[in-house]
Amino acid sequence: MLYRSHVMVCGGTGCTSSDSDKVAERFTEEIKKAGLDKEVLVVRTGCFGLCELGPVVVVYPEGVFYSRVKPDYVPEIVEEHLLKGRPVKKYLYGESVTEREIKPLEETPFFRKQKRIALRNCGIINPEDIREAIAFDGYKALAKVLTQMTPKEVIDEVKKSGLRGRGGGGFPTGVKWEFAYNQKETPKYVVCNADEGDPGAFMDRSILEGDPHSVLEAMAIAGYAIGANHGYIYVRAEYPLAVKRLKIAIEQAREYGLLGKDIFGTGFDFDIEIRLGAGAFVCGEETALLNSVMGRRGEPRPRPPFPAVKGVWDKPTIINNVETFANIPPIILNGAEWFSSIGTEKSKGTKVFALTGKVNNTGLIEVPMGTTLREIIYEIGGGIPNGKKFKAAQTGGPSGGCIPAEHLDTPIDYDSLINVGSMMGSGGLVVMDEDTCMVNVAKFFLEFTVDESCGKCAPCRIGTRRMLEVLDKITSGKGEEGDIERLEELAKTIKATALCGLGQTAPNPVLSTIRYFRDEYEAHIKEKRCPAGVCQALLRFYIAPDKCKGCGICAKNCPVNAISGKTKEPYVIDQDKCIKCGTCIEKCPFGAIYKK
Amino acid sequence: MKSIEELERIRKETLEKINLRKDRSGIRIAVGMATCGIAAGARPVMMAILDELSKRNVTDVIVTETGCIGMCKLEPIVDVYVPGQEKVTYVKVDEKKARQIVVEHVINGHPIREWTIENYE
Repeated sequence: MLYRSHVMVCGGTGCTSSDSDKVAERFTEEIKKAGLDKEVLVVRTGCFGLCELGPVVVVYPEGVFYSRVKPDYVPEIVEEHLLKGRPVKKYLYGESVTEREIKPLEETPFFRKQKRIALRNCGIINPEDIREAIAFDGYKALAKVLTQMTPKEVIDEVKKSGLRGRGGGGFPTGVKWEFAYNQKETPKYVVCNADEGDPGAFMDRSILEGDPHSVLEAMAIAGYAIGANHGYIYVRAEYPLAVKRLKIAIEQAREYGLLGKDIFGTGFDFDIEIRLGAGAFVCGEETALLNSVMGRRGEPRPRPPFPAVKGVWDKPTIINNVETFANIPPIILNGAEWFSSIGTEKSKGTKVFALTGKVNNTGLIEVPMGTTLREIIYEIGGGIPNGKKFKAAQTGGPSGGCIPAEHLDTPIDYDSLINVGSMMGSGGLVVMDEDTCMVNVAKFFLEFTVDESCGKCAPCRIGTRRMLEVLDKITSGKGEEGDIERLEELAKTIKATALCGLGQTAPNPVLSTIRYFRDEYEAHIKEKRCPAGVCQALLRFYIAPDKCKGCGICAKNCPVNAISGKTKEPYVIDQDKCIKCGTCIEKCPFGAIYKK
Repeated sequence: MKSIEELERIRKETLEKINLRKDRSGIRIAVGMATCGIAAGARPVMMAILDELSKRNVTDVIVTETGCIGMCKLEPIVDVYVPGQEKVTYVKVDEKKARQIVVEHVINGHPIREWTIENYE
């Protein structure tokens, strides 16, 4: 039976955590009650991208977009929209409603500038139903390579497309495949790196949750290209929903004979196993990941030999990131030329970013390479909340750097980001406004790498810890002349001598913030002042005499009795006693207390 | 999966059911589903349209409900929008008429003029 309308309820992790399960249940219930269950279908999908507005619901055929849906809204939506055909405007995403019309989702500012290749099916299919994936050309590329192309032709196509690794390094994918193809030793292996660990990044999770079959299909294609019959997906156990959907997807693919023996009757065998990671950041580094796949301690080793020569079980192996794999089927189906027509000269195609921090539309976006930061933050992201000023964008996670306002118009690609002192990384993009202290940001990322350092090599284990100590000193008001230079020297040494990517890139957040915000470091050290008003130890609290009414509420609430004064006269804070807890600011009914 | 034909068969079968999420440029049929339309029997009309479309494997047609246009006594009203052509409004539609509209107008491209609003007396 044909359903005339589909209600797509987001089942990504973001929306699930804001109770989209209950919303979906309620829809099913209410639709049944209204007698519409034979004509309206409720589908759980993967992430739509606008996580800020979750739980989100899209209703087709209109394509209209309900945001922040509560289970209580459902009866009205069913009655008005699904039964009578009148979308309930007050629950629709504000950007999509104008006085005269309701725009479909794709025409809102958030989606208009996007181009979805890796995320092509996210939010459109039910990820737990292989038939829906097949309907939108799933496994068609696998059929094409197995019946019409030689392995060499597949590799050439990927090489020609210009696809580069989306996990961070940006190594040309086709070249990597060719290395493994040229190895004589067998068996060979295909590994999918789904150990997404950058703080604030959730691109890979969303692809696995929204369209797991695109990854399985691409791994089989890679297997055919290099001559491997076995694949591993290394995914972190902290992604339970992604793991669950992967398991369902693998089972269904086996059932349909799209994994397993003699796929499409061509004699090609390929199967995939899941390996769960325990969430160590270093395991995203390929040599550490290989160790972990084999059940060994997740520590990196020097390269060469590269994994293409000695990988899993010391056999030739290719490791690609989730998003890289998700790009493969469209390249095979539409051709290398189509793919390389998108993007910039040296960075082809699109990139998925997890847009977070001080930006209105937090969420998941996919844009052509070469899109500027300004377009991403102000057009797609909807700008900075509360009219604050943009200060910097952090890309590349703990290995990346901060990009200041002067580079807002830089077209984003692998090389331009390195030129401005950051890197593409896996695609985390954290927006910071004027209230962010850059020294504190550098400290935050360094704390992360210090925690996650595996400890195998001294530069990373000891060097990053020493850098963190210097930053601690600066932010607690004990900075001295020469600290900045000390940081720079340590950073240079660590970059040159650490064993793996984690250590070699760990100093980047510090270096890039020194490069663009040296004045903030200097203010902390010389003037003992935090210009953004973040570093507690450097703050002082004051009461503005003209605003203070002398009510005494602040004095009553101060936990250390640092405030004193006479009723109806301005109160004062004793700076020696004040512990800078901020309680007085919260309690003052007149906004008379400020920090500087 | 033993053959590409099998994959293609599954692809086509499923696409029919879910294509309205992607390709929304074709013919649109709107059934009046305000209180008046429903009271006059719009729901069986809608079901008949859906059934006829799916029996004939038509996938690029969108079926949607619409509100009251003010001529409650002429309900159930069905509008057929063909891209590039004037909208055709059928009045006092029943299940039998609905099935014929699908076959004659939507599939074969010949509007059934005697049931349209212009010819109602």
